[in-house]
Amino acid sequence: MRISVKGVRGSIPTSGADTSYYGGNTSCTVVSEKDCFLVLDGGSGMQKVTLPAAVKRVDILLTHLHLDHIQGLGFFSSLFNPAMEVHIWGPASATQSLHSRLSRYLSPPLFPVLIRDLPCQLTLHDIANSVFEIGPFTISSRFVIHPGPTVGFRISGQRSVFAYLPDHEPALGLTGLLKDTKWISGFDLASDADLLMHDAQYTTPEYNNKIGWGHSSMEDAIQFASLATVRHFLLTHHDPSRTDELLNEMFADIQKKISPPFPIELAREGMEIELP
Amino acid sequence: MASYEIEIILNRQLADCLSIPVFITDTTGNLIFYNDPAEMILGTRFEETGEMKVETWSTIFKPLDDHKAPLPPEQLPLVKTLNDQHPHHKTFWIESLKGTAEKISVTSYPIIGRAGKFLGAVAIFWETKDL
Ligand SMILES: [Zn+2]
Ligand SMILES: [Zn+2]
Repeated sequence: MRISVKGVRGSIPTSGADTSYYGGNTSCTVVSEKDCFLVLDGGSGMQKVTLPAAVKRVDILLTHLHLDHIQGLGFFSSLFNPAMEVHIWGPASATQSLHSRLSRYLSPPLFPVLIRDLPCQLTLHDIANSVFEIGPFTISSRFVIHPGPTVGFRISGQRSVFAYLPDHEPALGLTGLLKDTKWISGFDLASDADLLMHDAQYTTPEYNNKIGWGHSSMEDAIQFASLATVRHFLLTHHDPSRTDELLNEMFADIQKKISPPFPIELAREGMEIELP
Repeated sequence: MASYEIEIILNRQLADCLSIPVFITDTTGNLIFYNDPAEMILGTRFEETGEMKVETWSTIFKPLDDHKAPLPPEQLPLVKTLNDQHPHHKTFWIESLKGTAEKISVTSYPIIGRAGKFLGAVAIFWETKDL
């Protein structure tokens, strides 16, 4: 299983020299195995996703419909290719289908082309706490704590498991993360994963002022990864105010405080990870 | 065991922040969480007991009607909610741990998740000193 990171920024794209190392594009990651391609989230990083010419199907898995996770959709070339079969999987709300929720963005005045006018062969799939198969992958989606219907994904390939929860606040509550893992949002998705990519937008003091905003502190994210006994951890959804220098400082500080028994890294645009 | 649905997790986190007793059960009535204020009804703390089977916790406190006669379980709001997945409210008496009867009001509601699925029930116990 190959993981190609295309966007790691939270909330809003940040271009410029001082964010060029980690990258300024919002959430997008490509997972591939054999000739099967999954695009996780359609943030602005999606504009950098290119598929081999022979590929005739692509599956886009949306964790939720916040703008930083869908703003790249309209600029994804496969949607405009009549020969392409495109599947979009994402959470419906209690009252509206994925189609009608996505149409709010993919329609004028926000976007010039209507979903029904997209030239590709498009199928939309409403997901909730679901299990589905795409090519060699078995995918579980589960609702997780974040404002609005939001899922995380557990993607099992032939030999490895990748868990993807870019927007997640499992510590929401009076006392932070509970030790009984039954009571931890998203735990089943991340449990024993070979690689976990998880929200780590804030410092601990920042989080204390933003409880309920739907994101995690680096500290809580690492604790979540530790409880889930993952093998490798990528911290993502970097705050847009964070320069590369600030991110490096924050990460150095947190590593002095916590040293989990698995490698942890800040996710970076352009990163490629090969899982066995 | 698989973790709880977030609708249940968030109900627990809310209950944890309240000063009124709150019970949370699964769909069959097993008590999966009760907050600290619920100690005055059950006489135990969640940290000590953990989850309790319906047979265990339902015998701990004695509900009584206005004539101080035992109230059948099917008349209790939480039991009704578990049966019909609707909210219920009732004022009745419970025999306290000290053996005296105290009047309380109970509001129960079903937890219906995003997918429209019935996931469990919540009972909130209100003191009714003024009644
Ligand atoms: Zn986001
Ligand atoms: Zn979000």
